[in-house]
Amino acid sequence: MSTLLDVENLWVKFPTRNGVFDAVRGVSFSLGRERLGIVGESGSGKSMTGRAILRLIRSPGIVEAGHVSLHGDNLLDKSEKEMRSVRGEKISMVMQDPKFSLNPVMTVGAQIIEAYRLHAKATKAEAYRKSVEMLEAVAIRDPERVMKAYPHEMSGGMGQRIMIAMMLIPNPEILIADEPTSALDVSVQGQVLSIMDKLVKDRGMGLIFISHDLNLVSQFCDRVLIMYSGRIVEVCDADKLHEAKHPYTQGLLGSLPRFDEPRDRLQVLTRDPAWRDAPSVEGRT
Amino acid sequence: MSTAISIENLNVYFGEHHDLFQAVKNASLSVEQGASFGLVGESGSGKSTILKAITGLAPQWDGSMSIEGNTLNHKRDRSFYKTVQMVFQDPYASLHPRHSVDQVLSETLQLHGFRDVNDRVNKLLEDVGLGPAFRFRYPHQLSGGQRQRVAIARALAPEPDILLLDEPTSALDVSVQAEILNLLSDLRSEHGLTFLMVSHDLAVVAHMCERAAVMQKGEIVEVIDIADMRAGKTNQDYTAKLLDASANRVA
Amino acid sequence: MTSQNLSTREWLLSDTPESRRHARLAAMYKGWLTLRGNHMAMIGLAIIVVLVGTALFAPLLAPHDPFVQELGNRLQPLGTEGHILGTDTLGRDILSRMIYGSRITLYIVALVAMIAPIAGLLVGTVSGYAGGWTDIILMRITDIFLAFPRLVLALAFVAALGAGIENAVLAISLTAWPPYARMARAETLTIRSSDYISAIRLQGAGPLRIITKHIWPLCISSLIVRVTLDMAGIILAAAGLGFLGLGAQPPSPEWGAMISEGRRFILDHWWIATMPGLAIFAVSLAFNLLGDGLRDVLDPKDSAS
Repeated sequence: MSTLLDVENLWVKFPTRNGVFDAVRGVSFSLGRERLGIVGESGSGKSMTGRAILRLIRSPGIVEAGHVSLHGDNLLDKSEKEMRSVRGEKISMVMQDPKFSLNPVMTVGAQIIEAYRLHAKATKAEAYRKSVEMLEAVAIRDPERVMKAYPHEMSGGMGQRIMIAMMLIPNPEILIADEPTSALDVSVQGQVLSIMDKLVKDRGMGLIFISHDLNLVSQFCDRVLIMYSGRIVEVCDADKLHEAKHPYTQGLLGSLPRFDEPRDRLQVLTRDPAWRDAPSVEGRT
Repeated sequence: MSTAISIENLNVYFGEHHDLFQAVKNASLSVEQGASFGLVGESGSGKSTILKAITGLAPQWDGSMSIEGNTLNHKRDRSFYKTVQMVFQDPYASLHPRHSVDQVLSETLQLHGFRDVNDRVNKLLEDVGLGPAFRFRYPHQLSGGQRQRVAIARALAPEPDILLLDEPTSALDVSVQAEILNLLSDLRSEHGLTFLMVSHDLAVVAHMCERAAVMQKGEIVEVIDIADMRAGKTNQDYTAKLLDASANRVA
Repeated sequence: MTSQNLSTREWLLSDTPESRRHARLAAMYKGWLTLRGNHMAMIGLAIIVVLVGTALFAPLLAPHDPFVQELGNRLQPLGTEGHILGTDTLGRDILSRMIYGSRITLYIVALVAMIAPIAGLLVGTVSGYAGGWTDIILMRITDIFLAFPRLVLALAFVAALGAGIENAVLAISLTAWPPYARMARAETLTIRSSDYISAIRLQGAGPLRIITKHIWPLCISSLIVRVTLDMAGIILAAAGLGFLGLGAQPPSPEWGAMISEGRRFILDHWWIATMPGLAIFAVSLAFNLLGDGLRDVLDPKDSAS
């Protein structure tokens, strides 16, 4: 499998009054044309990892790494201007809540067209045609109507599909999805995921899927990195997640209430301080 | 066993005359004393609105509601709040940002006319698994799970019989969710509480409750035993669809 | 571990306070640390401390009596022997007058800061929390006050009540409260619908308790910030009234009145108007800088970390 993205020894640091806080502490992994899941609890550094790849960490945060290379091209050496052409064109990102990602005073169509024309030199008519096509690809039934609508007229699931359409128009090689479905209802989650899955497969893209939901990740991804306090504690194949070895992963799985097997009490995770200090597991293939 | 909560033909409305929105339509349910009853449904199905109507936070309603045999009118008195308490969804929003844990609990106890406030605050903190070290902290010095424990302690302060739980763990991590759910189960058996719990997560409701009402677009589609739900025994399409969507994710 | 074994700093920064007093002191200390990190705010604070010091010790600091006229020595330029900042039309020492003038400035600032925000807070929170007719009536009254140009309204009040510093303060306060009421109402509307207000309502708390104990503490911080930012405007308004001859009356060394007197000689003897002007500028700027710094400290949204 060819490697699209290779991350070596990634650190994200935030200076605070009480010294430097390390949100991500020396993470290494690679991404091929696959669906890579990153799971962890809040504060595990999973979102920071995703943002750091695109250098979207706001100051005073600092990103340090051996390299973050896209096809052998180190993203950390690029200027902010060069980064802008990487974002969207080569690597796209879908965030948690579509409500905050879409501009409320622009029609959906105008936003998609703008996103497209930022990256490709196209006439308005061409961009319009392409946008409608893209909305069809994310299973939106009446794309012409949606193009004229404003974001607040869309439901959560629609909004997220529009975001995905927007992110995929420039045909990026990598899509980073940060909790793309956690703001959605269960029945809509399935739809959005299967659309994302189909697009990623058809186009041979690499997907980094960041989520707190172990079950979702085990179903949807090929490979999973489990993060704990800024480090990768375990890497495993998604379908073998339930056979995970690390006590943290086991603890997380055990703490979930199970629909299929009732139990009186839920297992409580006791955190071993040694997990924090253990070196990060290599996430390369 | 007597009935703790009884609701009949409840309609709840929001908004003014011309853009009146009916959030709950003709809902009926009853919860036995000491039971745990779930309300499930997707966002906008009106499940939280029922809790708001019971507590008086949604004042525009008709139909009839009674708590432990006492019929509720549109005004709630203090004895009502001594019987029914509520835990909110988002522990980051349900604690006053400028009040310490001590202030939150002491004020609540004083409002209910307790004298031995000092001892009771310590007892409450102990009950919810927080030591006295947490007593003088402010919300921003607490994690999400700790905040939710404080919110539970506040709800327990008046020694209520009925606890309304509005998605008490949906804003928390799964490992913290497990701790909070265990705590709630323990408190229920210790204090003989009745739960009415709202959640979008069927697994959580199945874990905590014996019966549940499935809601869609403001209406109760079905009241179902959890055992039946686990077995997939339902004759409502919507329930089946919901079960399917949740079961799919628990592959 | 007892508090005796710790240094005061560690005790103050402890994450596990042992009493209400300890918790409150720790919160204040952390706020102070944040404020201290903001250099501009510290400059502002320093200027204000100097102003307060000057006002307190005016008789000791002033080289001359601010009221003594020396007609033979009038309109002396800067750097004159014995009169560093020169003298005015009646030969009074400008530096001494400015030093005594700081008392008047502080007096105006303190009085307005007592009256306007408190009136605004009362009207705004009651209006926002009660809603309905109370809200409509209170807000229309506020709008009426807002609709008048501030200085014109103040002029009308002073004209009705008579010229003088107290009346000027009253007039400025009467025109200054509506923005605070608007702001307090807007904040109350968001606070009112929050879960923690619902939670205390579910404990049977009445509106009076909710407004005073739960809404005020959250509104006050932004009001304090707004007041410090508005201080500049208040000082200028007081100076404006003084300049028009409707505020402080001669021979009172109010800074605005001093500018007014110096205006006639601005081309030949620029320092007479410029020196009190600079003082007004410095104090206004100081309050603005401090207000900006306080905003960071008092914002409850990021009091974390």
